[in-house]
Amino acid sequence: MPEALPDNSVGLVKPQSIDIDQPLKLDCGRTLASYQLVFETYGTLNADKSNAVLICHALSGDHHAAGFHSMEERKPGWWDTAIGPGKPIDTNKFFVICPNNLGGCKGSTGPNTLNPDTGKDYGPEFPIVTVNDWVNSQAQLADTLGIKQWAAVIGGSLGGMQAMQWAISKPKRLRHALIIAAAPKLSAQNIAFNEVARTAIKSDPDFHDGYYAAHQTLPRRGLGLARMLGHITYLSDEAMGQKFGRELRSGQFQYGYDVEFQIESYLRYQSTNFVERFDANTYLLMTRALDYFDPAADFNDDLNAAMAKIEAKSLVVSFTSDWRFSPVRSHEIVNALLAGNKSVSYAEIEAHQGHDAFLMPIPRYLEIFSTYMQQVAAECES
Amino acid sequence: MSLRVDLQIISEWIPDNATVLDLGCGNGTLLRHLHKRGIHGYGLEIDNSKFADCIEAGINVIQADLDQGLSQFADQRFDFVILSQTLQAIQRPDFLLREMMRVGRQGIIGFPNFAHWQCRLQLALGGKMPVSGSLPHAWYDTPNIHLCTIADFEQLCQEQQLEIVNRSVANQDSRDGLAIRLLPNMFGQTAVYQIQKQ
Repeated sequence: MPEALPDNSVGLVKPQSIDIDQPLKLDCGRTLASYQLVFETYGTLNADKSNAVLICHALSGDHHAAGFHSMEERKPGWWDTAIGPGKPIDTNKFFVICPNNLGGCKGSTGPNTLNPDTGKDYGPEFPIVTVNDWVNSQAQLADTLGIKQWAAVIGGSLGGMQAMQWAISKPKRLRHALIIAAAPKLSAQNIAFNEVARTAIKSDPDFHDGYYAAHQTLPRRGLGLARMLGHITYLSDEAMGQKFGRELRSGQFQYGYDVEFQIESYLRYQSTNFVERFDANTYLLMTRALDYFDPAADFNDDLNAAMAKIEAKSLVVSFTSDWRFSPVRSHEIVNALLAGNKSVSYAEIEAHQGHDAFLMPIPRYLEIFSTYMQQVAAECES
Repeated sequence: MSLRVDLQIISEWIPDNATVLDLGCGNGTLLRHLHKRGIHGYGLEIDNSKFADCIEAGINVIQADLDQGLSQFADQRFDFVILSQTLQAIQRPDFLLREMMRVGRQGIIGFPNFAHWQCRLQLALGGKMPVSGSLPHAWYDTPNIHLCTIADFEQLCQEQQLEIVNRSVANQDSRDGLAIRLLPNMFGQTAVYQIQKQ
């Protein structure tokens, strides 16, 4: 809880929601007649609406990217290190929008919202949406707000994939794409981790094939396990070692199977915390959207061809210790952009934090990020 | 601020609207200069500490290790591939030279001449590895692992069947002055070559 709001915070923020009454045709073949998106905005939209920036969230993220919902809130939004006055995404210069993705569980239409056709929550009947569907829904949101072209679309991890998809499928609607700690598609190992997470959720007796709400329960064990696994892949061995090492909770072995090591305690805390704030059906959906993402698939598996129509300038960033989406995966993106003679810069940031590094205040990362965004801002002013 | 003499030479050799790849672009000094003349391209650099300078100047900079080659680029992709004051820090200069000639129609290479008389004197009379303004490091902490002379470089070009289109040699007093023209390998501190496949 902040005693006073820091000067470089966007301060107290309030989510908004918008009903989009245009049909959205999904990749799976189904169509949503209408849907709702919850989002937060920071900063002020300028007169010609040229300073709008879209923030795309990752697997377990939401619309609360910066600032505080109340003075009682323990932590600010998930990307508060990057968004705020004087921060890389400078809210004195940009109008920042971060929506909760369709299929999410924080207020946008998704498994835990009402299906108008049945009068009950969608639950597992909510269609599986793709990164491409998200981009289309975000475009409808932009239309509704009168934003014809984003100054930049920015995201890390699954958010970076959305930025990439934007640049590929809506080349005229963004001037810059910032693709951070991402990959052009998941590897077999990435999909394997997702499958273990899904298996954990689906095999929980409280899952009830996704209809757990009707049984007034939650698949806590399964979702908790999925989160534990995910968390391990977001950190590096080194980061975990530095934070926890082999430290024991009680100082000596108890010769039992309850929590002995601090890392066990941490994982359990993370999972208990997570199951109360996140929906299992959304978790399944998000991991599937990740699995399916492969923009080259529509172009005979040729990423160069997929990226050929990109008009946006790009900044691609990776982190040395990220083994979930390692720098090599970012090279694939950069090389395809280079093959198309696109305007691109690429930095590989020395960091020990693993995949989570994209959320951390690493000075070199923030310096490059800031400098790039200052160029984006300068274009908005001229 | 005036451009360093070898960068001036390079800049003069590149026509307007050419496409360039600058290997080891540092803080982007050369690309920034070329940028003003409508010359576009990419800078490759292994150390990202000066990336903010590049990005601020609107330069496309890519973090890359030149020792891994240039496999991210297709054949004959650029008009010019530039390697300025970096050749001597490369693991395999011969390999990189081949890569440069693969992705570029011409290569421009600038390097410190290790056979400059001051270097020779320090080694011959002092019996110690030369240290100078352009080679400021001690032997044990230098990134310059493959220093060469004008004669060495021209021999490598010959071996790789590369034609020298242009050569300019300079020291702190003059550029292609009389002494340099007579004995470039003795009086030149910095050499710049423009090369292409024969």
